[in-house]
Amino acid sequence: MSAEPTSFKREMLATLPSLRAFAVSLTGKHDKADDLVQDTVMKAWAKQTSFEMGTNIKAWLFTILRNEFYSQMRKRGREVQDSDGAFTERLSVHPSQYGSMDMQDFKKALSQLPDDQREAVILIGASGFSYEEAADICDCAVGTMKSRVSRARTRLQDLLKISGEADYGPDAVSAQVTTTNHSF
Amino acid sequence: MVSNVGKQSLGRSIHGMMKDKLVTQQRTRTQAGRADDGLGPNTDIGNRLRALYGAVQEEGVPAQLLDLLEKLDSAEQAQKSKVVSRDGE
Repeated sequence: MSAEPTSFKREMLATLPSLRAFAVSLTGKHDKADDLVQDTVMKAWAKQTSFEMGTNIKAWLFTILRNEFYSQMRKRGREVQDSDGAFTERLSVHPSQYGSMDMQDFKKALSQLPDDQREAVILIGASGFSYEEAADICDCAVGTMKSRVSRARTRLQDLLKISGEADYGPDAVSAQVTTTNHSF
Repeated sequence: MVSNVGKQSLGRSIHGMMKDKLVTQQRTRTQAGRADDGLGPNTDIGNRLRALYGAVQEEGVPAQLLDLLEKLDSAEQAQKSKVVSRDGE
């Protein structure tokens, strides 16, 4: 009987790191992302009776967070626009398998995508959702989700090909050292 | 002795192969219907996306957020025990 709230809390805890990463990708700022996750946790807690245990809590929480983000954006009249979205802020943990220049370029490319394409490629490519789940989260058709991902991927490939040349320039190493301090 | 060792390592390698197969199956399953989306385990964009996302995940959850969950949970427990004790009267 009393196991239910505890397991709701436990499942929520397990989802928080991924939910927070998604929030960072939406807001582009860690402090705003944390506020957003906090609002989401409170909303979800209040709505927990409407959640069926055993169904996909992760998708449910992502949906609440995303709705919350866009409704706050609307309320503030897009004042949030100052953030380019997508991990623009420095990260305290550096993605180790890539050089910082490399990641810098990637973040820049990601921030140049339209919002709907960026969230699509992140939900599918990084959060680990299926097309069906991602379409539910974004309240769109599965086909729409597929075409957003495909367009995002093509655009990223184009953008990275252009910036890729700079990576191998004579200054790549020193630039890498400098950006380490600023960006990661 | 030698054949014993051979058998053991054979057993191990079969086990390893089965494990590989299982991993491949799991991977195929998670990638089902999206083989051509260019975001799979061997793609540059997919890997970079996951590296970036993973870096944020590894930062852990801020303490204030964990505190909030604890507070929500204990408030709810308190509420429940109040209801129960009232029912008991």
